[in-house]
Amino acid sequence: MKLVVRHGRLLDPARELDEVADVLIDGGRVAGIGVFDDPGLPSVDAKGLVVAPGFFDIHVHLREPGNEEAETIRTGGEAAVAGGFTAVAAMPNTEPAVDSASTVQFVASEAARHSPARVFPIGAISQGRRGEKLAEIGEMAAAGIVGVSDDGHAVMDARLFRRALEYSRIFDLPVIQHCEDADLASGGVMHEGAVATRLGLKGIPSSSEDAVVARDLILAQVAGARYHVAHLSTAGAVGMVRRAKERGIAVTAEVAPHHFTLTEDAVATYDTHAKMKPPLRTAADRDACIRGIEDGTIDAIATDHAPHHASLKMLEFDSAPFGVTGLETAVGLAMTRLDLPLTRLVELFSTNPQRIMKVDPWGLFEGSAADLTVIDPEREWTFDASRSRSLSRNTPFDGWEFTGKAVATIVGGRIVHGEASGAVRTGAGGAVSSRPG
Amino acid sequence: MAKRDLLGTEGMTSDEIVAILDSAEAFREIAERPVKKVPTLRGKTVVNLFFESSTRTRTSFEVAGKWLSADVINVSGAGSSVSKGETLLDMARTLDAMSPDCIVIRHQASGVPQWIARHSNASVVNAGDGAHEHPTQALSDAFTIQQHKGRFAGLKVAIVGDILHSRVARSNVHVLTALGSNVWLCAPPTLIPPAVEALAGSGGACLRVTHSMDEAVADADVVMMLRVQFERMNESFFPSTREYARLFGLTPQRVRRARPDVAVMHPGPINRGIEIDDTVADAPCSLILDQVASGVAVRMAVLYRLMAGA
Repeated sequence: MKLVVRHGRLLDPARELDEVADVLIDGGRVAGIGVFDDPGLPSVDAKGLVVAPGFFDIHVHLREPGNEEAETIRTGGEAAVAGGFTAVAAMPNTEPAVDSASTVQFVASEAARHSPARVFPIGAISQGRRGEKLAEIGEMAAAGIVGVSDDGHAVMDARLFRRALEYSRIFDLPVIQHCEDADLASGGVMHEGAVATRLGLKGIPSSSEDAVVARDLILAQVAGARYHVAHLSTAGAVGMVRRAKERGIAVTAEVAPHHFTLTEDAVATYDTHAKMKPPLRTAADRDACIRGIEDGTIDAIATDHAPHHASLKMLEFDSAPFGVTGLETAVGLAMTRLDLPLTRLVELFSTNPQRIMKVDPWGLFEGSAADLTVIDPEREWTFDASRSRSLSRNTPFDGWEFTGKAVATIVGGRIVHGEASGAVRTGAGGAVSSRPG
Repeated sequence: MAKRDLLGTEGMTSDEIVAILDSAEAFREIAERPVKKVPTLRGKTVVNLFFESSTRTRTSFEVAGKWLSADVINVSGAGSSVSKGETLLDMARTLDAMSPDCIVIRHQASGVPQWIARHSNASVVNAGDGAHEHPTQALSDAFTIQQHKGRFAGLKVAIVGDILHSRVARSNVHVLTALGSNVWLCAPPTLIPPAVEALAGSGGACLRVTHSMDEAVADADVVMMLRVQFERMNESFFPSTREYARLFGLTPQRVRRARPDVAVMHPGPINRGIEIDDTVADAPCSLILDQVASGVAVRMAVLYRLMAGA
C-alpha cells in the first residue's frame, strides 16, 4: 500500500531538512524523499502546505481505565489526530493508576486496537501514586513506558523523589514532575493574586511551583538523572530552568497552550473552564513562558489535555475539577498566538518531544514510520467545541479563531485525519478517506 | 426590561450607593410604626436560599420582605451541590420552576450567586458567598455610618481582623472607598490577602494595610471589628487566641487612641473578649445594634429597588 505526499514543504529540524519535495510512503514507512510523479499512485497534494514529522503531545489524560465517561483511549486518540498529533504520551493518573506492567499493557493494547494515534504510556513513580513507595519502574519499562510521573500532584517526599531520579537512570527514563507543593497549594483553586483576592477564591501561589522546581533541580543534579518539568507556568520556574540548563543540568520543560495564552483574568466570571492546575497566572508569567518558548528554555508544547464530564464543570468553582481539554486547539493556538518560525514550531511539537521521551525517532527520512503532520499555515478556522472529537467539552477556547491548522494527520502511512474540503485531496481521483488503499 | 441583581458592591458608583441609602432612609421609619407593613411588594415572591447557617442575615431579609408584603419562603440547603450530585444548573432550574421574583442566596462557595443569576429569571441578591462579597451587609454598615457621621469623605475607617476570609471586609472596602473614606485594613500578615490594595476603586480613595492595631485605630472615626472565624482556623494563621486578642483585640485603651466620637462596629456574631472587649461592645460608642436595625432598612430598599423599579 503506497501513498505519495506531493509538493509539500518538508520540515524536519532533526535532519536539517527544509525543502519542497514528495514523500513516498510504502508499507507504513517512509520509502523515499524526492520526486515521485507516477500518476497511478494514490497521493495527497500538499502544495503550499508544510509536511512535518508527526506531532507528539507528551502530556495527555486519556481517562481510561476508570473515567470512560470523560474520555476513552479511542476518543482521546481521535481528538489527538484531529488536532494534528500522531502520538500522545498518556499520564498514569487513571483509576486504577498505571503503576504496574499489567496496567501499562492494558493501555498499550487498547490503544493498538482503538486509537488512531500512537499512545505511549507513562508509568507512575509511586505505587498508586500515593508518594510512599516506588512503583515497579523496571517492569513498566519492559512493558514500554516512556517516562514516569505521579502527575496530578507532586512527589512531595524529597527522599522518594531522589530515589526515583536515581533509579530511573537504569532505564534512561525522564522523571516528570507536576511541580506543586501540596501544602502551599492546599485548598487553592486559582492563582494567588489580585484576582483571587477580589473573587474571594483561595489561591495557589507561584511559590508552590517554584519551591518544587528549585528542590527538584538540586536533586536532579545530584542524581545525574533526566528531569522534566510538566506544565510549567511561572516566571520563576522559567528562570530556574534557564539557569539550570546553562549549568548543564539535564532538565527539560513543557508549557501548555493555555499558559501561553490566558491569564488569571479568565477566571473573573468564575468560569470553571478556566480552572486547571497549575492555574492561569499573571500576564508577566504568561509572557515569561512565551519568552522561554522563543529562546529554547522551554523544550516542548504539551496540552495537559484533561477531559472532564460536563456535569462536573457545572459545579461551584470551588468544587469543579481542575483541567481543560487541549488536543484540538494546541496547534491553532501556537500558530496564532506565538510568533515562531515554522522550524521552531516543529521542534516544539515533534523533535523535542521525541527526544525527551527517547522514543524510536520518526521523521522525514527513509525507513521512518510514516507518521506525518500536514500543516496549512494560512488556514483560518474557528474552534467549535460542540464538534470536538473528545468526549468532553471543557475548553476555554470554544469559538476562538485561529490562523494555522493541521489539515491532515498520517499515522503508519494511513490518513487518519484529513480535511474534507481543504487543499488535501487524492491525486488519483476520489476523496481523502481515513483508510486509503 | 432586563432583570436586576445585587451580586456585589465591586464597581458600584457613589451615586448608586447613595441612592440605595436614600431609599433605606425612607423605609427606616416603618420599623417605628405600630403596623409594620406596607403593600409595596404584594404578590411578589422572595426565596431565601441559605446554604450556610445564618440567623441575622436570613431573618433580616425575611423581616424586610414581610414588611414590604412580599411572600417570603425560606429554603435551607446543606452542603455543596457536588455532595448531592446536583449541578448548579439543576439548582437554578428547580428554583425557576417556582417562579420567584427574587432569590436571596447565601452559599459557602464564592461565585454561586453570579452563576444562579446567569441561569435564572429571578432577580438575585447575594447574601454572602464564600470569601467574596456580602453587599447588603456593607450597605447596612454604610447606612449606619451615615446615620452617625453624616458623611463619608475623609473619614478614617479601620477594618480589623480576618480580612483574608471576610466577604464583609471586601464589600465594605468597595463601598467605603467608592464613597471617599480612607480605609485601613489591620490584621496579621497571614490574614491579609495578597494584592489587597488593588481592591480600592479608581476613585482615588486611600486603602492601606497595617499590622499594628495602634496605628489602625489612631484618630479613627470608625473601627469595624471582624469576627475571628474559628471554623476556618484549622490552619495556623496565628499562634493562639490569647496572642491574637493581645495584638488585635479592641480594648478600652485602644478606643481612647481613636477620635473621641469614634463609632465601633461589628457585623456579628461577636466573640466577646477575643476581638472585642466586653466593655467596648456594650459602650455608647458601639453601634452594633444599630447595624442590625440598618440591615432591615437597607434590605427593604434593595428588595424594593430590584422588584418594584427604581
